[in-house]
Amino acid sequence: MIRINCPYCGERDHSEFTYGGDATIKYPSLDSSEKEWTEAIFFRKNIKGFQLETWHHSNGCRMWLEVERSTVTHEIKSIKPCHPDLQKVVENNK
Amino acid sequence: MTSKRLNNYGKINRDKTISFTWDNKKYNGLEGDSLASALLANNIGVVGRSFKYHRPRGIFSSGVEESGALVTIGSKDRRDPNVRATTQELYDGLKASGQNAFPNVNFDLGGINNYIGRFFAAGFYYKTFMGIPPFEWGKGTSIWMLFEKLIRKAAGMGSASRLPDPDSYEHAHDFCDVIVVGSGPSGVSAAIEAAEKKLDVILVEQDSLVGGDQLSESEFSTTNTLNQLQSLGIKVMTRTTAFGLYDNCVVGLLERVTDHLSISKNILPRQRFWTIRAKHIIVGSGALERHIAFNNNDIPGVMTVNASKHYLNRYGVLTGKDIVIATNNDSVYETAEQLSEAEANVTVLDSRTDIEIETKNKFEIRKGFVPYNINGTKKINSLDISKSENIKKFDTINCDQVLLSGGWSPAVHLLSHRGVKPKWNHENACFIPNDTKENITMIGSSRGLWNKDDCVASGVAGATDALNRLGISKTNYFFPKPGGWKNPIKPLYEVKYKKSRSKSFVDYQHDVTADDVRLAHREGFISVEHLKRYTTLGMANDQGKMGNIIGLSLMADLLNKEIPEVGTTVFRPPYTPVPVGALSGRNVGKHFRPLRVTPMHQWNIDHGAKMIEVGLYQRPWYYPKKNETLSDSYIREATVVRKTVGICDVTSLGKISVQGPDATEFLNRIYSNAFAKLQVGKARYGVMLRDDGIVMDDGTSWRLSENEYFMTTSTAAAAKVMAWLEELLQTRWTNLKVNVTSVSEQWAGAAVAGPKSREVLNNCVEDPSLITNENFPFMGVISTFLKGKIPCRIARISFSGELAFEVYIKSDFANTMMDLLWDNAQIYDGCLYGLEALGALRVEKGHVTGAELDGRVTIDDAGLGKMASIKKSYIGSAMRRRGVLNSENRETLVGFFPMDLKETFNAGTIVCEKNNISGQGIGRITSVTHSPELGHWIGIGFVEGGVNKWKDITLVGADPVRNKQMNLKVVSPHMVDPTGERMYA
Ligand SMILES: [Zn+2]
Repeated sequence: MIRINCPYCGERDHSEFTYGGDATIKYPSLDSSEKEWTEAIFFRKNIKGFQLETWHHSNGCRMWLEVERSTVTHEIKSIKPCHPDLQKVVENNK
Repeated sequence: MTSKRLNNYGKINRDKTISFTWDNKKYNGLEGDSLASALLANNIGVVGRSFKYHRPRGIFSSGVEESGALVTIGSKDRRDPNVRATTQELYDGLKASGQNAFPNVNFDLGGINNYIGRFFAAGFYYKTFMGIPPFEWGKGTSIWMLFEKLIRKAAGMGSASRLPDPDSYEHAHDFCDVIVVGSGPSGVSAAIEAAEKKLDVILVEQDSLVGGDQLSESEFSTTNTLNQLQSLGIKVMTRTTAFGLYDNCVVGLLERVTDHLSISKNILPRQRFWTIRAKHIIVGSGALERHIAFNNNDIPGVMTVNASKHYLNRYGVLTGKDIVIATNNDSVYETAEQLSEAEANVTVLDSRTDIEIETKNKFEIRKGFVPYNINGTKKINSLDISKSENIKKFDTINCDQVLLSGGWSPAVHLLSHRGVKPKWNHENACFIPNDTKENITMIGSSRGLWNKDDCVASGVAGATDALNRLGISKTNYFFPKPGGWKNPIKPLYEVKYKKSRSKSFVDYQHDVTADDVRLAHREGFISVEHLKRYTTLGMANDQGKMGNIIGLSLMADLLNKEIPEVGTTVFRPPYTPVPVGALSGRNVGKHFRPLRVTPMHQWNIDHGAKMIEVGLYQRPWYYPKKNETLSDSYIREATVVRKTVGICDVTSLGKISVQGPDATEFLNRIYSNAFAKLQVGKARYGVMLRDDGIVMDDGTSWRLSENEYFMTTSTAAAAKVMAWLEELLQTRWTNLKVNVTSVSEQWAGAAVAGPKSREVLNNCVEDPSLITNENFPFMGVISTFLKGKIPCRIARISFSGELAFEVYIKSDFANTMMDLLWDNAQIYDGCLYGLEALGALRVEKGHVTGAELDGRVTIDDAGLGKMASIKKSYIGSAMRRRGVLNSENRETLVGFFPMDLKETFNAGTIVCEKNNISGQGIGRITSVTHSPELGHWIGIGFVEGGVNKWKDITLVGADPVRNKQMNLKVVSPHMVDPTGERMYA
């Protein structure tokens, strides 16, 4: 069981969260071409080691989080809200 | 073997006799006995038959590694198979029986397998799957089919009860600083050290008593130890197994609460499944004594040396009279001495020659000797021995028991669960744990320490390691080096006597012999993981606790390699079996998953609704009048809706409040159709696509004010849509000023549908002038009051194709709303209608739901392509133009009529061309109903090329599951009122 330290709720079981996906994807603007969208949607790296990924605290505060997690050991290096304004709030409350 | 109870040994309670049944015969034991010790006290030697060969088997051990004494406990709905007699505590009235034998373990007809053993050699299953050459190449499956029943019957241990489990199980959770696994000398010292440093400590012990291996010492007091632990505030959990270690110091425990009791088991849960979240884990899981492979090393009367000591000092049972101990290490001599003090006639065969042993000389030691063959079948008659080198007959010793010690294997299982591979320790001939970065520390004999003082010291070191890693202290510590015997161990895994066809067992429980390992090698299965699967070595429910190392050493020998080069298999949880009942806990029956009901649930039932499960929701299915069947009822309901008016609970739809200055922009991006110009007081039907251009969900959004929308989603996709909107706002469009809130639980909804719906609503609202056709046009939205000044929201939306409204009210007023609507609907001979009628009405109109929007369908496939905006970009707009999604031949939405209008069909029917009824066909029927309006069965679904391609062509509906076929006509999906006159009326 991975334990995830939600910046709002504290450390919780991963079963409270829903896995999102690759947090490094920059989604193109809506009027971008099919090629750019294909690139953003379908092409993923298969990283061995630490990767940035999104998790949704779906059974908690409903925050989307950016988590740096090792795909080998499940070790989590960093967690922050995806939304920049929420990031600031968390920083200010530290 | 002749085993018996002694008078002045053991810690059992001699004042309390306990009666139990073994194979339908009554016996007595004492309080404190295990089933195994009670059987031994009654001189019962044969307790089971082996897995494949049905050889008589006895009790090999005194603990969880037991691979012979697997028995069935209880009867009827409480029949529990494959219970280790060695860990089952005796209770009054316990009923146990031997397994894998007919008629019983002493006389078993299956014993014939012992003589046709070649059929059961390694890889037998695989060979029958593949076909046995030369006659059946490629026909393996049919051979398997032929043999399967026979094999399953012949090779299978006890059978589980087929009745529902009457016991209850609990899931429980706890937190702590340090969890210590095992209450041997090392575990106890670690727990005490950690508790004295003010840490919150849980100590778990799989046995009923704390002490670990010290329970086999005559002078040890378990009560004193327990008192000491508890006085320090340590939570001591006995009868509790740490079956698995998981990420982030999470430990899975199984607590056996009532398995040792004969009282009514309904008061307490039978077992508790614990999830412990610790900050540090200290594992003192001990070590397991290995046996030695040689001919007939499985005859009842063979046991590990330490088990015999355990039976003597804990249970007061002497396991044999003339005992031969075969060893390659020093650990046996204490036992030898104690057994001879208890007046057994003891001979020790030590494979080593150059050793110094101090004894009080009550027994004979034959240095440089090994056993190579046991004579006997159901009991041991004698043992053939040889000199260690060049195995040949030297002597035969008459005896009734052979105790074995081939060395000790630290129980590294829990660390292996974390992916930490153990390393081979040459001097001690065993795998010992490697270090890990995780907060896990191994202590005691599970890190290869053989003497008690070292174990105690390692416990203190382990606790200090925990304190350091938790940042509480910075104290130096050291662990004693593995080992602790005076004379070095000399590896001895198999004594191979060439001139014999007898069996030499490596894995007792799965009947894997040394020859099986050699056969696997000859046939190329040389990697450890292949060897395991090919021979099933280590795959029985003891998971190779005793036999694994022997198997590895044999393979290493064949490959001319060292054991560490051959490797070791990975142990996975659970350490010992966990019943499925404990895994499911209380999540059974009605509690299997959460139950959602609408606020008018009881109202619906009171008004005669039959309910149906839709996702987690209970929804009204149909409202039968006297003697009506489902189809009578829904056909009547749908007819009434089209004729006058019907009321339907639609609360389960997802409801999301979308608020903020950028709400309009947001909706305009997520819906494929235009939302930018939607006026306040109007609603719009919208279709959301995924990034890849496939339809995600459909629903309506009502513009309540400049910056506020009320969005509805389908019942099934409510949670998904909510998470999707949050993802977009929090990760992608973080500059949009929009907030979304789920209000699904806050609002109760009812559809009022039918030509008389406006009249009904007129009677229900405070101000009827709002409900006229002019003031309240199709897709209009008003916020107003129901009679009694109850605020409500109404939209003129239709799913049925009739003039219709959806009314939403705060959930607390749901019953009031239903009473009001229903009172007035009855004036017009209206009805209540359920999901089945709702389905009939929408299929007649060709409206899609989850059955159609299954994640493979584009907006064009669903026939809604014209709704999508061409003036704006939205989620999925680029990707829906992908080539594959625009092929002319895509399956698109159509309606289906049976050619013969009296014919019926089912959802799931495959649509095929007449001359090619095969495979996946050219389409599928997704929803069907009897159409009251048309008077026959209709369906909607998908077919390649759509309605134009098949206009006048008869297709075939194939329903292989129901063995049915019918001719079909493809029609427009809008089968009733295609121009929508009724809706706009
Ligand atoms: Zn949270």
